[in-house]
Amino acid sequence: MTQMRTQPETATTAAAEAQPVIEMRDISITFGTVRALDEVSVRLFPGEVHALMGENGAGKSTLIKALTGVYTIDSGVITIDGEQHEFHSPAASQAAGISTVYQEVNLVPNLTVAENMLLGREPRRFGSINVREMNRRARRTLLHLGIDVDPRTVLDEHPIAVQQLVAIARAVDVEAKVLILDEPTSSLDADEVEKLFTVMRRLRDEGVAIVFVSHFLDQIYEIADRMTILRNGRLVEERMVAETSQLELVRLMIGRELETLDKLDRAAPRTESETGTPVLTAVGLGRKNTLEATDLELFEGEVVGIAGLLGSGRTELARLLFGADTADTGDLTVRSHKRRLRSPRHAIDRKIAFSSEDRKAEGVVGDLTVADNMLLALQASRGWLRPIPQATRTRLVKDYIEALDIRPADPTALMRNLSGGNQQKVLLARWLITDPEVLILDEPTRGIDIGAKAQIQAKVAELAAKGMSVVFISAELEEVLRLSDRLVVMRDRRKIHEQTNDDVSVRDVLEIIAGEARGEERTDA
Amino acid sequence: MPETATRAQRVLRHPLLWPVMALVVLLLVNVVAKPSFLDVRMQDGHLYGNLIDIMRNSAPVMLVALGMTLVIATRGIDLSVGAIAAIAAAVACTRIIGAGDEAALSTAVMAMTYAVVVCIVLGAWNGLLVSVLGIQPIIATLILMVAGRGISMAITDGQITTVNNPFFSDLASGFVLTLPLAFLVAVAMVLFTAVLTRRTALGMLIEAVGINPEASRLAGVRARTIIWTVYAFSGLCAGLAGLVIAANTNSVNANSLGLWIELDAILAVVIGGTSLMGGRFSLAGTFVGALFIATLARTIPNIGIPSEVNYLFKAVVVIAVCLLQSPKARALLRVRRSAAPTLAKAGSPA
Repeated sequence: MTQMRTQPETATTAAAEAQPVIEMRDISITFGTVRALDEVSVRLFPGEVHALMGENGAGKSTLIKALTGVYTIDSGVITIDGEQHEFHSPAASQAAGISTVYQEVNLVPNLTVAENMLLGREPRRFGSINVREMNRRARRTLLHLGIDVDPRTVLDEHPIAVQQLVAIARAVDVEAKVLILDEPTSSLDADEVEKLFTVMRRLRDEGVAIVFVSHFLDQIYEIADRMTILRNGRLVEERMVAETSQLELVRLMIGRELETLDKLDRAAPRTESETGTPVLTAVGLGRKNTLEATDLELFEGEVVGIAGLLGSGRTELARLLFGADTADTGDLTVRSHKRRLRSPRHAIDRKIAFSSEDRKAEGVVGDLTVADNMLLALQASRGWLRPIPQATRTRLVKDYIEALDIRPADPTALMRNLSGGNQQKVLLARWLITDPEVLILDEPTRGIDIGAKAQIQAKVAELAAKGMSVVFISAELEEVLRLSDRLVVMRDRRKIHEQTNDDVSVRDVLEIIAGEARGEERTDA
Repeated sequence: MPETATRAQRVLRHPLLWPVMALVVLLLVNVVAKPSFLDVRMQDGHLYGNLIDIMRNSAPVMLVALGMTLVIATRGIDLSVGAIAAIAAAVACTRIIGAGDEAALSTAVMAMTYAVVVCIVLGAWNGLLVSVLGIQPIIATLILMVAGRGISMAITDGQITTVNNPFFSDLASGFVLTLPLAFLVAVAMVLFTAVLTRRTALGMLIEAVGINPEASRLAGVRARTIIWTVYAFSGLCAGLAGLVIAANTNSVNANSLGLWIELDAILAVVIGGTSLMGGRFSLAGTFVGALFIATLARTIPNIGIPSEVNYLFKAVVVIAVCLLQSPKARALLRVRRSAAPTLAKAGSPA
């Protein structure tokens, strides 16, 4: 490692021939009878961003956990700077210079930003924590990353995006040879992603090897130098990013499932359904410090896509429509009846369903089974005294496991053991089982693999075709545009634009959002 | 894979294994110390012996632990159960004394009904503080834990109240079908609760609220009602326990009745395998846990532990049981024993 840094010319000109800082050779890990990793080899070079590619369940997370000492490998060799190492604990891996930021923010919400960043390695004076020094060090690191956060504030006060950046700051604060970023961008908006990439580039130029996992292909092409593609726990190929086209990459990752996406593109007819009475009408719906008064109409058989950056008010609007937060102003009319939604329960009784963007905290009930998770909303609305009959339970669960291709197809599996994509499908099933008229999906495809994503998108199109009114929110504009019949653009906590989706392009939407920034009013709603 | 697991593996993974093992080991220790420990004899149509005593003595803890199990499953805790038990006893005893015919069956029934209703109200008070006002359960129930003693003192005027009603005292010392009535009452409550939670959707909704309150709220679960219900139920259970304790001595001492029973109950719940973090609960586990606590109380004099160290002994046993149950501690034990199985696992086909 130090050798590499003292000889920059070899590092930059001949990376391929350089010695990898870490080499994992023929790594296998078995859980029970499941082979999670089967003789996978990966090489990480100093001064490179290395993307780990593959669907959920391909073995990316397992590989990372093998490298960070969370899992013990069954066979294979890990060498660091040519020396063989064995990690039996995350601490051992950290001591060897490997730092990790996991997919979900793994911090302590009620500690301060500085405390989180330096947790476990607090500067001490006379045996007690030196708070001033801690804040000073945290501020310096944050400044280095260009993150404008007061280190003395409590972490919980900040949005997920900022918490994510703090997690990265924590990892960067350790002098790391290898920085592993597992889905760091899934909850960041474009600006924040750019900020993160700036930091990643800086660290890369300092000679750090960065492992990057992301489901956003554009990000891979923007930042990564080399990639390793995994499928079903096996190594597919190691490639240089510049020498691989996106189409080729997707094919390597998923193969046949690409057809589902193609089919979807053809099968999404734009419906002209703004006739008759809307299923749901919001007039001046708003909440202090959350959302300015907003009007919205939802019609049968229509997908309304809500586009906007993180913090634009897209999630806040969805929560008000569902009664997850209560509105202080405005009226909501459901099927020509004026309603005040004081709780999610009220909304569910009016046949409105809402799947939250925060799957882990607001959707998944980890220690219950897949079946119980699926039936939770229906059971809740029936009340505890009227359990769903066993025969109905079995049938509903079996039907939805099949219809949504949930794996494992085992109703008794614990929810927390499922991959993100399958959890998302179970949550979708939870709401479909309540037979809603309005289905609000906030980021239903975040952090899940392309196969599951295509299946969920196809399902949304199918539901709308059957007459359901769907609100679809996603940070991925392509996805919103592909699915929606009507498009609502939000910015700065209010609706700035609404139009029928007649082949609107991503560029158009970005211009609408940016146009507002230049002060042009473009509201034609 | 679960479907290919052998019967032995399934038994080894069963959550009840460790509580039952602990109970069996404890009984064995007693037999070693005194070979006649397990002897049960028949006299006047009733069974007598240490085992029968353990059954009877387990009733109060079992009842309290039963309500506690559901409360803990919702991520809560109920510290007020001992005080509620004292109030139940105080209410029942003063009612019996105040009645026209102190020894009548109707007097006993009326007094106990009255006491139980009061306890449900007290439990509902706890539920109100926790679910509506959002006070942390440990603080909310601490209020009644302290105030409850005062209330029961006020009810009994600070006197030890003695009652004379054969029907009331049967609750503790009576026998039905050769077994102690108190134990049968507790078992009946366990069965009733099992049916109530597992045949309806109550158990699943309690667990959902305990595991992820926000996800449950967004799924339309009326968490508030559920939390309220479990605290009221815990009050009911504590009240029944208080009646059993008072019936055992035919008296109530507001200062000492049910003192520290909340700790025994929490221990029984934890030994039974229900996590204090909330979520999945096991009524069968709590049943075994309560028997364990009662057996432990019997063990101390039986194996001749001096009375001055009996709390210490109890603590040591509890620590040992908790360690046995901790997956981490068990993993440590396993690592020492099983280098060979790991190799076999790696060599197996995918």
